[in-house]
Amino acid sequence: MSNKKKYSQIVAMLAIAKASFRAMIRNPSAVIFSLAFPLIFIFVFGFIKSNRINMEVGIVPGSDTTGAVYSLFKSTPNIERVMNLSDQEMQDRLDKGRIDAIVMFEKSMTDSGVAERVTLTTSKAAGEKGLFVSSILTNIIDKQNIQHYKAMASGLSTHDVQMATVNLPSAEFREMQSSGREYQMIDFILPGQLGFSILSAGVFGTAFVFFSLRQTLVLKRFFATPIKRPYIIMGETLSRLVFQLIGSLFIIIVGHFVFGFTLVKGWMTVLEMLVLSAFGLVIFMGIGFVISGIAKSENVIPPIANIFTMPQFLLSGTFFPVDSFPTWIRVLSKMLPLTYLNDALRKVAFEGVGFMGISTELLILAGFGVLIYAAAVKFFRWE
Amino acid sequence: MSKNPIIEVKNLVKHYQDIKAVDGISFTVFEGEIFGLLGPNGAGKTTTLEIIESLREKTSGEVIVAGYQLESHADEIKQQIGVQLQAANYYPALTLNELLDMFAGLYNVVIDNHDILSRVGLETRGKAKYKELSGGQKQRFSIATTLINQPKIVFLDEPTTGLDPQARRNLWELIKDIRQKGTTVVITTHYMDEAEILCDRVAIVEKGKVIAIDSPLALIDKLIASGFDRKKPVKQANLEDVFLSLTGYEWRDE
Repeated sequence: MSNKKKYSQIVAMLAIAKASFRAMIRNPSAVIFSLAFPLIFIFVFGFIKSNRINMEVGIVPGSDTTGAVYSLFKSTPNIERVMNLSDQEMQDRLDKGRIDAIVMFEKSMTDSGVAERVTLTTSKAAGEKGLFVSSILTNIIDKQNIQHYKAMASGLSTHDVQMATVNLPSAEFREMQSSGREYQMIDFILPGQLGFSILSAGVFGTAFVFFSLRQTLVLKRFFATPIKRPYIIMGETLSRLVFQLIGSLFIIIVGHFVFGFTLVKGWMTVLEMLVLSAFGLVIFMGIGFVISGIAKSENVIPPIANIFTMPQFLLSGTFFPVDSFPTWIRVLSKMLPLTYLNDALRKVAFEGVGFMGISTELLILAGFGVLIYAAAVKFFRWE
Repeated sequence: MSKNPIIEVKNLVKHYQDIKAVDGISFTVFEGEIFGLLGPNGAGKTTTLEIIESLREKTSGEVIVAGYQLESHADEIKQQIGVQLQAANYYPALTLNELLDMFAGLYNVVIDNHDILSRVGLETRGKAKYKELSGGQKQRFSIATTLINQPKIVFLDEPTTGLDPQARRNLWELIKDIRQKGTTVVITTHYMDEAEILCDRVAIVEKGKVIAIDSPLALIDKLIASGFDRKKPVKQANLEDVFLSLTGYEWRDE
């Protein structure tokens, strides 16, 4: 065949990628999983943020309401105070999550004079909101203390020493403060939604597509053409990658311009997030390859896929920070790959750390990738 | 007319564990003919076809297609043949034009979609999605995809199964037309009337072996010469003729 050009596998691969991409944008479930779901969650949480989170705080009867901390606390916009309840009633409401914290304000005598003492009680039922109350109080107290020490240094006598007893130790909450930027709900929610969208697109999309291509003999028809098998996979992967990255970009842009999602280094951060998305997608597609191989019928794909995705949906920091879980759940969280993708996305977006700063996450993800693809090689079936 | 062999199958064997799906099949297909592989289900027709198409490994035997040895030149063979699979599908949401673009890329050729579609009578359906086609149209499109690389041989695996009499006849015309343009056709079918009308020669396969190979007419003559007598006298027309004269020969879109 000297008069013929050499057969190009790349041309053939691009033909499959193009066809597969066209099929994907016409497939409602692909669009819903990759775009609509994450956007809906982002909008729901985004608007919660714009209406501000309100915290209901019980004030212990008999509290001293003349102190500076109390008056600052009172004027904090998203704090709603609940007064005139008995200790018992208040504790009851706290346990049921109907109020988020109980605070007691007292005057006490110390060596250096009169101090204000603030005692915060919160509960697991309050979750995040308890953390917010604690952070607001700590903030006020710190400011007051700084003022007080400044005043002491300049020789003025005051009696404004405040002491706080915060009953809820929280490493994560301190981290949030130390970064110095305002950590908004969207900064937490968006990377989690992005991560989960990548996971579900990779797992569900790949499992369904390869199962049905095999079942309807499309793959076999491809085999009758000169294309080599790895190029068929590359073509399908390429189209999914392009589709998902367009989706991710859209989510980031909406998040940034509508809800003020923090992009520390601007477009550079967007690019880094997209590279991370691509990395994560290729790894999660491996799970899809495994499922397409072990599924005996199309109906069992969703339950099998859910076994992989649901725990990650709940435990990998998609909706709730991993640190807010009890230790034994945190151990489980650390065994799930999405945890590391979500962490990496948050660090890149909010802390602006770059790839060196997430090398641990990347290495762990790569490790998962090796395991997943070892399984894919074992279970994937062409016919 | 000199007969050039274009497919040579010698002693082809295919074992699945302990099942002998193909048990020493030999036959030759000549350039420009319509060759039929006939046989009951499970006789080994499809397996034989898929080995020649290099979709399946053979256990032993020799296959030469268009001058190429199967084991060493599968890629060259794939460029010379067009394959229509039993019950194969395509991306259902894509239009025929988009699917043809894909196949053109897969074969690294540039084609005129309209030209290909009009060869199978689908020139008005280029913008239709594959899933919107009727059964007969799907089969015709499937045959269109076999013509993209201007193959020397096309393989059609039960192309008329499940079609109504009109669509079936329509497909026969298409297959004859393909041969007319110089392409060799290898076809499997369960319908003996179809094989009798279409095929220049047929091989009858049973339990993985070829038990007869000749032109349909020669096979019929041989049977009659052996003293075969049809129980019922044959009339000038059959029920299918009645059906077609009542419902029309025109092929219709469902």
